[in-house]
Amino acid sequence: MRLKTFRGGIHPEGHKEQSKGQPVRAYLPKGELVFPVSQHIGKPARPVVAKGDPVLAGQIIAEADGFVSANIISSCSGTVKAIEERHTASGARAVCIVIENDGQYTLAPGIGKTPHNGTLSSKDILDAIKAAGIVGMGGAGFPTHVKLTSKNPEAIDYVIANGSECEPYITCDDRLMQDENRSIVEGLRLVLQLFPNAQGVIAIEDNKPDAIRAMEAVCAGEKQIFVQPVLAKYPEGGERNLISVISGRDLRFGQLPADVGCMVCNVATLHAIYRAVHFSEPLMERYFTVSGDAVASPCTMKVRIGTSAAELIEAAGGVKEGCTVKKVLSGGPMMGIALSALDVPVCKNNNALTVLAHDEVEKAQQQLTACIRCGRCTRACPIHLTPQMMADAAEHGDYEQFEKRLYGLDCFACGSCTYVCPAKRPLMQLFKQTKAAILAAKRK
Amino acid sequence: MQAIMTATAAVGVIGLLLGLLLVTVDKKFKVETDPKEQAIRGYLPGNNCGACGYAGCDAMASAIVHEEAPVNGCPVGGASVAEQIAHIMGVEAEKTEKMVAFIKCSGDCENAASRAHYVGISDCVSAVASGLSPWTCDYGCLGFGSCASACPFGAITVENGVAVVNRTLCRACGKCIAVCPKHLIELVPDRAPYAVRCSNRDRGAAVKKVCTAGCLACKLCEKQCEADAIHVENSIAHIDYEKCTGCGKCAEKCPVGVIRLRNK
Repeated sequence: MRLKTFRGGIHPEGHKEQSKGQPVRAYLPKGELVFPVSQHIGKPARPVVAKGDPVLAGQIIAEADGFVSANIISSCSGTVKAIEERHTASGARAVCIVIENDGQYTLAPGIGKTPHNGTLSSKDILDAIKAAGIVGMGGAGFPTHVKLTSKNPEAIDYVIANGSECEPYITCDDRLMQDENRSIVEGLRLVLQLFPNAQGVIAIEDNKPDAIRAMEAVCAGEKQIFVQPVLAKYPEGGERNLISVISGRDLRFGQLPADVGCMVCNVATLHAIYRAVHFSEPLMERYFTVSGDAVASPCTMKVRIGTSAAELIEAAGGVKEGCTVKKVLSGGPMMGIALSALDVPVCKNNNALTVLAHDEVEKAQQQLTACIRCGRCTRACPIHLTPQMMADAAEHGDYEQFEKRLYGLDCFACGSCTYVCPAKRPLMQLFKQTKAAILAAKRK
Repeated sequence: MQAIMTATAAVGVIGLLLGLLLVTVDKKFKVETDPKEQAIRGYLPGNNCGACGYAGCDAMASAIVHEEAPVNGCPVGGASVAEQIAHIMGVEAEKTEKMVAFIKCSGDCENAASRAHYVGISDCVSAVASGLSPWTCDYGCLGFGSCASACPFGAITVENGVAVVNRTLCRACGKCIAVCPKHLIELVPDRAPYAVRCSNRDRGAAVKKVCTAGCLACKLCEKQCEADAIHVENSIAHIDYEKCTGCGKCAEKCPVGVIRLRNK
């Protein structure tokens, strides 16, 4: 039988074999750890520690400020060195809490203990998630307790565990599903408890047979939870696409997954939910891939949030001998952000570093020509936009056309259009900046 | 022969009739325009830059006639145009001072340290949106020339990594100010002899790390100034041109030479 998939999308080279086979090891950082107070969508958290304060691993160092916000947790024990502006992966400067790591990793009291005696209400689950500072770990960083707080929980009939991991080079979710298959299913069970009418579907791309086997092994005999292999295609893991693949429902422009009865959570988020609810363990570490053709030994590691990118590249064996690094991306090559400095911290929603000895963008830029109106971008767009017309509107500064008639704000910058463009036009960059400009104008 | 005659006559008659029709229509549907408006329009520069705040030179001319805009409202035309328009309107033009755009950064390839090689759309706004800066200084000129392409008068060029304004070509329309994502451009009086060529709002040590020509906020200039014209606010020196006498003592004392004579 043909596997389920969506219309559009592309098939970039996976490059997953580089880091796939390596066993996962925990990496404990040596130097200072940096925690931006905004690692999520929404209002930045408010620091609750001051310079010189001693902190323990798992302690809340910045509290959620408002409903759409998340706690920031220290992932090491030590002293607060500074609260100052530092560069983050996005290139901008943001307020960060810098902690001098004492190397002991002394846990804050209460972590690791089961806080309940079997019966859990929805409120208990949501409170535990909120206290643990969990945000969407697939990349978006939307606070999970906000996402799971639904006005009408009965209306949700699909909870989709996103294990598709369509971005090239990255293998952290693949490894997580193999190592922590039980806790992912337990996490999914907790989310299902919030949505009584829902069934749980674990969506995994068919290029991860080991993960599919591992997940199927724990789901055997489950009535409410199924594993659904899907065709390996980029961007299968995009929320809209996954919903369309699993439930057959299409999100209209401006709709949220809950509007069509779906809820999508990354497998890493589910794992974190399980640890938070059953062990009172806040979000301190995550699976993280360091890969790319310029890294000596590409691998997936269990890293502490706040570790610097430079340290993680060293932990992965450093730069391969005889290699010149051309580009370092936070994330994968499709949606990742190019870094201009390596002293930036890993945030809750970062899942990989890709270190490349070649720069495709530079090559493409040299071959840039005018749009030939071939329409390949329109065919590749996974959410059925018309990139060619959007680019035209964006270049002429016609933001009304871009937003109102071409629905440009729905573009989630997957880069499929840019990947297929034979004229090598920088479409995705254009859309990203136009979206930012429109949203900035709206805030005014 | 006769065919040619007929054709000529026919075309001639049709032409005559259409001509008469045009004349009648022109008379009947005539749009009344103020001759003043036309005269003013004649003096306005005509590049429709919109710097006056109106949709173009036509709209500006009409606004002046209806006394909604001041006679010296066109920043591009400057004093001479204002005088002509004032003459038409029969009023006295207030003195306008010629302003020019000034780029508050001197972090060129020699002074500023490079951080990364930016690859992408070659435009300052795009570079800032992508988060990649070619320089270690977070405040300085990126040198991709968004201001230069926005300038309708070709007054800005990027030299050695920093935008530079040509004072004679600049008409102070302010388009570059609107487009600069780092907010580095300010209008200063053309007569202003000295200006601070830096916008870095960090403290001294942090500035020194990223640029050899950055304002350290040491306040030496403040202490030198007898006219109370230069002040350090938000860790950056700024000259108040209402008060500046142009004595140059601040520039003399500045340890990093960031206060400079403008024609240099």
